[in-house]
Amino acid sequence: MNAAEFKTLAHNGLWKQNPCLVQLLGLCPLLAVTTNAVNGFMLSLATILVMTVANVAVATLRNLIPHEIRIPVFILIVASLVTVVDLLFNAFLHELYLVLGIFIPLIVTNCIVLARVEAFAAKNPPLRSTFDGLFMGIGLLWTLVLLGALREIIGNGTLFSGIDLVIPGLSPLRLLPENYPGFLLALLPPGAFILLGCLIAGKNWLDARAPRKKTPKASNAEAQRTQNAAEETTAGHA
Amino acid sequence: MSLISAPHFRPEDSVRKIMLTTCAALLPGIAIYAWLIVPAILTQLLIASAAALAGEALMLKMRGKPLGLFLTDGSALLTAWLIALTFPPLSPWWLIVTGTLFAIIITKHLFGGLGQNVFNPAMMAFAVCIVAFPALMSQWPSPGLQLSFADQNRIIFGLSPLLDSIAGATPLDALKTALKREGTIGVPELLQNRQIYGALAGRGWEWVSSAYLLGGLFLLQRRIITWHAPVAFIVSLAALAGLLWWFDPSRFASPLFHLFAGGATIGAFFVITDPITGCATPRGQLIFGAIVGLLDYLIRVFGGYPDGVAFAVILMNIAAPLIDALTQPPVFGMKGKSP
Repeated sequence: MNAAEFKTLAHNGLWKQNPCLVQLLGLCPLLAVTTNAVNGFMLSLATILVMTVANVAVATLRNLIPHEIRIPVFILIVASLVTVVDLLFNAFLHELYLVLGIFIPLIVTNCIVLARVEAFAAKNPPLRSTFDGLFMGIGLLWTLVLLGALREIIGNGTLFSGIDLVIPGLSPLRLLPENYPGFLLALLPPGAFILLGCLIAGKNWLDARAPRKKTPKASNAEAQRTQNAAEETTAGHA
Repeated sequence: MSLISAPHFRPEDSVRKIMLTTCAALLPGIAIYAWLIVPAILTQLLIASAAALAGEALMLKMRGKPLGLFLTDGSALLTAWLIALTFPPLSPWWLIVTGTLFAIIITKHLFGGLGQNVFNPAMMAFAVCIVAFPALMSQWPSPGLQLSFADQNRIIFGLSPLLDSIAGATPLDALKTALKREGTIGVPELLQNRQIYGALAGRGWEWVSSAYLLGGLFLLQRRIITWHAPVAFIVSLAALAGLLWWFDPSRFASPLFHLFAGGATIGAFFVITDPITGCATPRGQLIFGAIVGLLDYLIRVFGGYPDGVAFAVILMNIAAPLIDALTQPPVFGMKGKSP
């Protein structure tokens, strides 16, 4: 695997095919768990672990698995990994385990995991599949942390609440004054939908702005057209 | 059908005229509100209008639309007034600003601006704020409040605290509590309490509702709205209330009470008649109004919120395009159903 391939995999996972912002997969944990940044971070960590190992396992076994029953086999692999992660959380981060609750076992049904296994690991060698799982997971991680942080700042005025469940002794930051009344809606599922929409709009806006800088060689007319298109997109999202 | 030959006068109906006429129809309600309940509603109207115009100007600028044309069309002003009239009048200024900005920026402009919004912006502001700030949104001024206009404004701007003696539950809330605490006190005895209840519904509020009704009749007379949605709403609300009242008058209030309580009249004439988020076909409007009335009664009597108009309207806004598609009138000259 060369550097260019590695770069493509990283770019796809983190930005271009970001599982949350572009593929919109796994919305159920996204909505339910990201009430703060710590929960988002820990659930993503569990998902990264499952995705990376599942991708390696499937990529290694891809030539042995009969095509007709590949989905049940994939699910079996993913489910055994999730069981391991579930037990690990229960043993070492028991309080956080109680907070995340059903959403750790539900990683089995998370579409991102199965989608990567089916769309990538089943067709690619183990090393590339490992990095694909890793970068897709990191793409999930940064969006969930960002969404969780936004939701708790707007909803509560705090950041990293619940961090004491992961690292004992630390306390959450209070970004807004004590008497901030709290915008409860941001902590409820509708708030997650609205903020996710804003994040997607923000990503599309950044993408729409990008070509203007990157195409200095394009002819004037083409550059103008790109710019117009970009402006239209921006206006549409604004 | 009456046919009239040319030449025809063209009515000067424009968005601006419709919106400003609707605002004018709210004036009697506002006057009674300020006179009988709290004069501070005028401050809230000003705050909401300023926030709405500021939000509208910001979004128009970001979207590259002409500011002058759309700012003066009165639609933002109408939204702001409806928000101010449905929020608790002594709520802090930032509450109404939050609601108004949410209505204008997210509910109206992110969906494409005037004419494109799926949900009624004013009702969305109410729903968002009652979900986000349930405590603040249920503090209504106690009936017969003795507080000067200046003191009321001090409460709005956070200079003095909102005391429990000043704020309390709405007349509808009091009834709901009685319904839940079964058997202790019946509705007829409760309605005898002249401190909270007047002849029709909540003391003072009944006259505000009546003034909205008057404004609604004015809109009907000006042909800004049609009779379908309001009549369907009132009939459905009254029928359901009447049925349960007949079934057990000790636990349920009369239909008359429900028509004049809460936001029933302002909802019937000013909210569900919204040409953008409501139904367009006459039969559709009948269905729309009837189901809003049904949902409103269910939410305000059995639900957890003080009044159900906002949630009922938002739920039906989602269904409006489908109702419109199913109730297309036949094309003139065609027999039976339309294609």
